[in-house]
Amino acid sequence: MALGPRFRGDERMELPQLAPTTRLSYDAREVVELREAALGRHPQALQRYALAVLSHIGLVAAWYLFVKFGEVPKFVMPSPYDTVHALLVPNYRWPENIAVTTVEIFAGYILAVVFGIGAALLFSWFRWFEMAVMPLLVSLNMIPKVALGPLIIVWFKYGIGPNAMMAFAICFFPIVLTTARGLREVEPDLLDLVHTLRGSRWQLFTKIQLPGALPYVFSGMKVAAILAVAGAIVGEFLGSDRGLGYLMLQVQVTLDTAAMFMAVILITLIGVVLYGLVLALERALVPRDARLA
Amino acid sequence: MGEPFIHLAGVQKAYRAQGVPLLAISEATFEVEAGELVSLVGPSGCGKTTLLKVLAGLHPVDSGKVKIGSPAQPFDPSRDIGMVFQQPLLLKWRRIIDNVLLPAEILGLPMAQSRDRARDLLALVGLKGKEKMYPYELSGGMQQRAAIARALIHDPKLILMDEPFGALDALTREKMNLELLRIWQEAKKTVVFVTHGITEAVFLGTRVIVLTAGPARMADNFRVELPHPRTLEMKTGEAFGDYTRRIYRLLGME
Repeated sequence: MALGPRFRGDERMELPQLAPTTRLSYDAREVVELREAALGRHPQALQRYALAVLSHIGLVAAWYLFVKFGEVPKFVMPSPYDTVHALLVPNYRWPENIAVTTVEIFAGYILAVVFGIGAALLFSWFRWFEMAVMPLLVSLNMIPKVALGPLIIVWFKYGIGPNAMMAFAICFFPIVLTTARGLREVEPDLLDLVHTLRGSRWQLFTKIQLPGALPYVFSGMKVAAILAVAGAIVGEFLGSDRGLGYLMLQVQVTLDTAAMFMAVILITLIGVVLYGLVLALERALVPRDARLA
Repeated sequence: MGEPFIHLAGVQKAYRAQGVPLLAISEATFEVEAGELVSLVGPSGCGKTTLLKVLAGLHPVDSGKVKIGSPAQPFDPSRDIGMVFQQPLLLKWRRIIDNVLLPAEILGLPMAQSRDRARDLLALVGLKGKEKMYPYELSGGMQQRAAIARALIHDPKLILMDEPFGALDALTREKMNLELLRIWQEAKKTVVFVTHGITEAVFLGTRVIVLTAGPARMADNFRVELPHPRTLEMKTGEAFGDYTRRIYRLLGME
């Protein structure tokens, strides 16, 4: 029986007319080796972390040297030591202020995620709802959210709630817009595939649409995480009696720049923690190749 | 041989592009026996993909008759169609085996059995040991093999393939052609294979249906009397050349 070439198993083959040394395919490890030979070795994970930590330490060192040898007055730029030292002033009530700001940021953010994803789902389920509400959202998004601050104070007084609302207002839109976009991006051929199997709309949603939208959801959530921090602080600037933003205004009067530095660092750290949590959630839910940059 | 498995008579289908009706298929009439591998070949825009979607039940026809199934081979449109597209369209967030299982999940088939079947199918398409990988870890050719396994998971009677190897490089494409013939012979399915590759159409098909563009119509329908299993050497033979020349002539390229 005249059998044609049978290729099973891996993706290699050699056609009879080709020289036996001609390679048609390489497995993944070989590709990596070839690339390293061409471009130089890829830094290992540990090396990468070490470099990142070093650059951060380097920045603090540069700050220290600048203050030490630059003869900068302390109220213009405190040294790293002065900055940490500000934590020891009991009057500043750091733990309480940190807690207040953290609650505002997280509450506003979580609300924005819940309502943002919820609204995007409604858009994807009800076309008329999207057609009516989406343009409205785009218009509302044009409002500088900071300009709403005084209004929020008029309506809700000031405090944790209104500040969380400020954080919410500022980070709601990116989540809605990216999630809605992700839910829309379904390959038409995949729709056909589900239709030939007489799959239900719910199956299409849970098996294809929603998991396919997750990278977009996270992309919006990452942008929103940064905005939420800004929103809460702006809220505190406009009106509050607690929180790190409030503290900054207080110490501005006494020119305790070191405390202001500390407050900024702490606000940043809260943002880093939030961002890190979102990143960790994304890693847990979305496989590497499906993530958006 | 009793009734044909697929019977199309006078099928016509028009699209409306900006209000202007555009004839996608004019008068498609042909029959396909169970177990055949029929190539639909023609230039871009000749309505071959539309014809495939008509067979898949995705588009209604404007006139004519489409009948799939025979007393010997009853046909259930929701379970008996497997589709393979030009792009593998694997779900990036699912492992290969879970991608293959997608139709089984949608149809609500028993999962334990389907999982065993998915493993067998992955072995059949040459992806043994790759079950736990993600699509991005596989080459384009391998991804398309997985897509073929996905089309077979619910044991459909009819496999519809829309230029499945069109996005692959020439050598991988040749290899996949041989693979498809082997899978087709082992799985014993009826396959309708859409392509614009003339050699591919002849090499794979037990029969070739030629479609021409503008106005879209069926130009030819002939059996390919080359023995199975087909080998690459056949492509250089006299008979093969006769078949391809016949198609080139119809498409006005000679």
